[in-house]
Amino acid sequence: LSICSRTVEPLEYYRRFLKENCRPDGRELGEFRTTTVNIGKYLCSITTADGSALVKLGNTTVICGVKAELAAPAVDSANKGYIVPNVELPSLCAERFRSGPPGEEAQAASQFIADVIENSQMIVKEDLCIASGKLAWVLYCDIICLDYDGNLLDASVFALLTALKNVQLPLVTINEETGLSEVNLKQKNPLIIRKHPVATSFAIFDDTLLIVDPTAEEEDLASGTVTIVTDEEGRLCSVHKPGGSPLTGAKLQDCITRAITRHKEVKKLIDKVIKSITPK
Amino acid sequence: GVLERSREQLLRQTCEAVVLGVLHPRTAVTLVLQVLSDAGSLLSCCLNAACMALLDAGLPLAALFCGVTCALQPDGTILLDPTARQEQEARAVLTFAIGSSERKVLMATTKGSCSVEEMQQCLAAAQHAADAVFQFYRDSVRRRYSKS
Repeated sequence: LSICSRTVEPLEYYRRFLKENCRPDGRELGEFRTTTVNIGKYLCSITTADGSALVKLGNTTVICGVKAELAAPAVDSANKGYIVPNVELPSLCAERFRSGPPGEEAQAASQFIADVIENSQMIVKEDLCIASGKLAWVLYCDIICLDYDGNLLDASVFALLTALKNVQLPLVTINEETGLSEVNLKQKNPLIIRKHPVATSFAIFDDTLLIVDPTAEEEDLASGTVTIVTDEEGRLCSVHKPGGSPLTGAKLQDCITRAITRHKEVKKLIDKVIKSITPK
Repeated sequence: GVLERSREQLLRQTCEAVVLGVLHPRTAVTLVLQVLSDAGSLLSCCLNAACMALLDAGLPLAALFCGVTCALQPDGTILLDPTARQEQEARAVLTFAIGSSERKVLMATTKGSCSVEEMQQCLAAAQHAADAVFQFYRDSVRRRYSKS
């Protein structure tokens, strides 16, 4: 029995586990890590945000804060508000990230989140308009990774969805005489969330094996990743396979089926958490 | 901006999957793509340009790849290689990078939402269309190296 070191030959070490259909942390190939979510300003400790959520997927910790501000709508879309997502990977979350301007991974993740919001139509921009051509809401969604242990995209989408469900917007009216906006902080309405997209990520090993919810170590050893975003109707909001090993259509279908199953679990968790904070 | 970064990541990881980098250690391959005009299906055009440039450079590749864009129109029909106008009117636009060895999917990215069946139909159409693109590669390379 040859000694196979985790640091000297990480891929060989991993292959030994994959042969037995499991992983070094004890999970099966299709098993997710423990998912926990904290929502709202009392559990999440962002008191200044309009909506917040903290999601932990195993060790990966992502916090999302949503702030709503007022702005004039764009000239070519006078009845639409704005949603501005931003994903940050500060240097405190992992050794690989240095401080300074956002790296490629953070920018690609920001684009991915913007695409998910747009594709799923979870928030319709027309709903954010207060007065056409004059006033609309801007939702700044800041997603910050506090601990990076793989599967950033799943955690980010989950945190964003939960934070948005938690947002309460004050009622804004435009005074007819003065033309100025009046914000009524006492009357708050929740955001209208039309769809609930959930992301499921897979790592591809040795061109054939697909493992779900990869850790950072697994992502480094993998030869590719796939992320599938589905909504509650089983529709595909995004199929994100940024290069990597080629996959057949059948394997892709396999990923989609698992993503649909995962969606049901995550939706149940979100509903449970929302119910627990709603005052009776 | 973030959109260009996202596209760069897609292109880079697709190329990394096919270029046999092991044969060229301590070497950097820089791929520069300049958009001269965008009339729709930009990403698949970039993928095709990247693959042909890698071919022209003579780099050892594990397989060729081609980009195919499918637009799902509001009435459900699939349109390949859509124009900018068709992309805007479409319900969903899916771009695939198809490999030459077994027509497997190297890269996939979608805009808009579609059902699972529609995605599979678009993928099948893209895999079929890839044959035409690979034939174009073959003809171009043949023309380049023929005596004329």
